[in-house]
Amino acid sequence: MEHIISVLVENKFGVLARVAGLFSARGYNIESLSVAPTLDPTTSMITIVTVGDDRIIEQIMKQLNKVVEVLSVVDHTETDFLDRETVLIKVHTKPEHRDEAIRIASIFRAKIVDSSPITYTIEITGDVDKVEAMINMLKPLGIKDLIRTGRIAIARETTRTASPRREPALLKP
Amino acid sequence: MKITGAEIFCESLRREGVKTIFGLPGGVVLKIFDVLCQRKDLQLILTRHEQGAAHMAEGYAKATGKAGVVLVTSGPGMTNIVTGLADAHMDSVPLVAFTGQVSTDLIGNDAFQEADNVGISRPCTKHNVLVKDVNDLAQAVKEAFYIATSGRPGPVLVDIPKDVSIAKAEFKYPDKINLRGYRPFTGGDKSQIKQAAEAIMTAKRAIIYVGGGAVFGDAADEVRELAEITQIPVTMTLMGLGTFPGTHELSLGMLGMHGGYWSNMAMHQADLLIAVGARFDDRVTGKLSEFCPEARVIHIDIDPTSIRKTFHAHIPIVGDVKSVLRQMNVVLRSLDGNPTAMKARRAPWLKQINAWKKEHPLVYKQDDKITKPQYVVEKLYELTKHEAIVATDVGQHQMFAAQYFKGKKPRTWLTSGGLGTMGFGFPAAIGAQVAYPNRQVVCITSEGSFQMNLQELVVAAEHNLPVKIVLLNNGVHGMVRQWQDLFYESRYSASLLGKKPDFVKLADAYGIKGLRALKPSEVDGVLKEGLKHKGPVLMDIHTDPFENCYPMIPAGGAQHEMMLEDPPELRQSRKGGAVHKRKVDEGEGVLPA
Repeated sequence: MEHIISVLVENKFGVLARVAGLFSARGYNIESLSVAPTLDPTTSMITIVTVGDDRIIEQIMKQLNKVVEVLSVVDHTETDFLDRETVLIKVHTKPEHRDEAIRIASIFRAKIVDSSPITYTIEITGDVDKVEAMINMLKPLGIKDLIRTGRIAIARETTRTASPRREPALLKP
Repeated sequence: MKITGAEIFCESLRREGVKTIFGLPGGVVLKIFDVLCQRKDLQLILTRHEQGAAHMAEGYAKATGKAGVVLVTSGPGMTNIVTGLADAHMDSVPLVAFTGQVSTDLIGNDAFQEADNVGISRPCTKHNVLVKDVNDLAQAVKEAFYIATSGRPGPVLVDIPKDVSIAKAEFKYPDKINLRGYRPFTGGDKSQIKQAAEAIMTAKRAIIYVGGGAVFGDAADEVRELAEITQIPVTMTLMGLGTFPGTHELSLGMLGMHGGYWSNMAMHQADLLIAVGARFDDRVTGKLSEFCPEARVIHIDIDPTSIRKTFHAHIPIVGDVKSVLRQMNVVLRSLDGNPTAMKARRAPWLKQINAWKKEHPLVYKQDDKITKPQYVVEKLYELTKHEAIVATDVGQHQMFAAQYFKGKKPRTWLTSGGLGTMGFGFPAAIGAQVAYPNRQVVCITSEGSFQMNLQELVVAAEHNLPVKIVLLNNGVHGMVRQWQDLFYESRYSASLLGKKPDFVKLADAYGIKGLRALKPSEVDGVLKEGLKHKGPVLMDIHTDPFENCYPMIPAGGAQHEMMLEDPPELRQSRKGGAVHKRKVDEGEGVLPA
């Protein structure tokens, strides 16, 4: 099963290599990876999308926690969360396809951020279903190039949800 | 007053209580070595190869429980200690390795003797750090020792660029650790401990399975108390040997691939497994799907990743084994204070185990023609009055030593378990002897392993470290040869060592005493003379190249399906001799002269 894991780490050089190395050395998968500083400039958030059964995910969580520079690890899959990804898609736009491209972009509330005589570049932000759906719609037009940021996730605030939910699985004491 | 990075480094080591450093100099660490030679409080053991330094520091650490310290130069200096780091990482040995690095302005330029020390060592250290500013040096040293020795111990590497060792800064040794992401577990969950104690009380066929964690966790007394109040037998992994006295009536000795028949059978039929600081290594479990099929599992370990990594734990307890066992023993005593009733309850299980012991004890046949390796180990065990610190290398001799040298105390058994590093034993023995100059330190090795780090003979000679090297010389890589005999139709690919050095002459060349035993009748005399000698001794004892180590769980086999002796076809081919003898004859000098 797919899991989105947020790893809060010290913002120091070599930490990403240590986290990535842990995945490669133990044969775990990384589906996507995103890294950026947090509000506190001394820490960074690494968001990893990975796939594995319960035993593997448990090991991944424990192994991540063992890294000295890792401050906390949260598996969002166990909680209510929002995830987003931004994708830039360059589609071929023959004159007869231009309207269609604009229509698709507007259905998905995506933006056309660059245009040339032969292509449009469309920016879309959304969860995985939305992004995949738009890519599928654009495919018949011909996708020239595509780049994705990788997914990021954040837990929903408890007050906003009607039903009670479990706290994020923070393993560090 | 400002002092140089090199002075800060040495002063920080002193504050950490370091007395001995194992190392070898080089270009970028000259400043550090320059300061070092002017200090009386830090002893440097100059090794002849950096790998030797790393294993010596490991031996020192395993014997004392304190962090071993290594100091080497950049580039090849660092890459040469990688095996030692990986070994320490696998066996949880507290090690702090300081490596020189090229000046910060040259890093990344492929400078002379530059290597990515932090990158190379990342997967084989518990933690590592490059110190880019002299102001951070003292903090880095303090944290390195803290990380190496706390929690589940392990190696830490601190990379010090040349300019950092030269630059000056105010020295103030930090009194606090500032690691917000590193807080090792200690206590153990109270309700889990209670649950475990209850499981122990109701179990009929319980067994305690002790790993190296009990040695480093200093939990020998607690393990003994647990065994004695509950009357549960104790089996140990290769790394756990010494935790529980091998001579105790509840001791089952080692388990696993070459463990006793009785201990593996007991594991297989146990209804409760109490794992203490062990990690269910494949050499212990054999085929996982058939491992301990009937047992509920209590797993106590300080490292959460060890729990449920390979095998399921019904009652996991994360915490320091000493403190967890202490609490558990208190609960157990409160649950049942009656030792006689307990004894009566365990009697049928212990009787069954004893029956297994009688059915298939460890056996070998010593004749008057050729020395059996087991005989040498048993003799040595007798002659050292079971008190020596024993370091081994890796292979058959290691397994014979584990089977026949029944340790009494923790930290007297120094061996490379997880990584299986040939060449570990002799430098490790030196490290232990440096720590304890007045104790008897014996290195049981073989000519295959010994030749991987024999350059350190000169260190033993130079410092007159009375290490007793008992070299079981059988002319083959014994364990490889054994597997080839059992699983590769006796095709001895690269396992016959052919031309061998004259080890007595070699000892002589290094200025230490050399002795040789060609026949079984000479073994006793050689061992006695060697052990009595005041300085280091190399005892070259020629042993049977075709002795196999049993019991044996073939790799991937189930733990209760052990081979107990040579299979008939192997015996036949030996008796007929034709194929076998030809193969031996082709490998020159295989059989002892």
